[in-house]
Amino acid sequence: MNIDKRIADDLAANGVSFVTTVPCKQLAGVIEEIDHRDDIFHIPSNKEDEGMGLCAGAWMGGKRPAIIMQNTAIGVTINALATLIQYYRMPLPMLISYRGELREPVACQVEMAVHTKALLAQLNIPAYHFHWQKDVEELDNILKYTFMCNKPVAILTDANFWGGYGDQ
Amino acid sequence: MIRSEILKEIAPILRSQLVVCNIGIPSQELHAIDDQPTNFYMLGTMGLASSIGLGLALAQPKPVIVIDGDGSILTNLGTLPTIGNNAPGNYILMIIDNGSYGSTGDQPTYTSQSTDLAGMARAAGCARVVEVQDKDTGPALEEALASGEATVLVVKCDSGNAKMPVITMDPVVIRDRFMKAVAG
Ligand SMILES: Cc1ncc(C[n+]2csc(CCOP(=O)(O)OP(=O)(O)O)c2C)c(N)n1
Ligand SMILES: [Mg+2]
Repeated sequence: MNIDKRIADDLAANGVSFVTTVPCKQLAGVIEEIDHRDDIFHIPSNKEDEGMGLCAGAWMGGKRPAIIMQNTAIGVTINALATLIQYYRMPLPMLISYRGELREPVACQVEMAVHTKALLAQLNIPAYHFHWQKDVEELDNILKYTFMCNKPVAILTDANFWGGYGDQ
Repeated sequence: MIRSEILKEIAPILRSQLVVCNIGIPSQELHAIDDQPTNFYMLGTMGLASSIGLGLALAQPKPVIVIDGDGSILTNLGTLPTIGNNAPGNYILMIIDNGSYGSTGDQPTYTSQSTDLAGMARAAGCARVVEVQDKDTGPALEEALASGEATVLVVKCDSGNAKMPVITMDPVVIRDRFMKAVAG
């Protein structure tokens, strides 16, 4: 299975046509896939809270948005999540690389990993953790759930899900 | 002129357009001067008005006017390259550059010293950047609408705020009526 294509297909099948991204090594493949597709508009943002602003506007303009980012970005988006996405009750699927989890080679990444689920829980943001490649089968349901309830929803995807780095 | 005087003067132009308005007193002033379902008031999230407006302009064809502030642009400077490389012709970013954080008591921003927002917008790749003095805002905004080109309009004005009530409308109501106006 090409996991990057599978994710982009699920996004497109759920009507997601506006995607903003800030890169992570683990997300390189899915970002490239989204960039190439005609059925999804890709707009890179410079910071993830900026990206959430873009998504909020796109949704009010009638498009279904999504953001693709690293879990470290939870640290820069709490205000945007609480006072924009949640306060105005907007849907936002967040495909998040869960750095600092099992098979992580870079120690510093663990420092935000240990806060990631706690911060999401504190914000009452539904969070799903993809650890095995087959977990992607849940993505379609998660996207439907997100646009049903108009909430931000986190999909945490760890290094094991992406197949590790080949060196661990 | 201060921000509220400019808003009063351009209210007839704004009335028929989709407007995304900056946090704090700018939204309170616009709301008090001429509340419209086509106005999206930001009640929080300093810095994201220009990004929300850009997402909106990319998602649908109607013109979008963002009323932003110098302080908010400075806090989300990454917005300028994103605008410079992606903004469609229906996007107008009007920065009320009063050289201060107006809502929080007129503390000076760096645009009151050496920083030039129009120059920064140009350097970020924005093609149509216009700087005007407060009294010339109306004609410059009309021109931007008529140009059909993405425009960054920097409006230089005095620091100061009108005393207006806080917006008590529920955010979901603001958002819902705005979305109906966008779709209508
Ligand atoms: C993250 C964050 N920091 C600080 C504030 C407080 N704050 C609200 S409005 C504002 C000033 C905005 O200034 P500007 O965008 O220039 O608008 P003006 O009121 O001057 O028109 C500040 C600092 C905030 N709401 N959020
Ligand atoms: Mg200001």
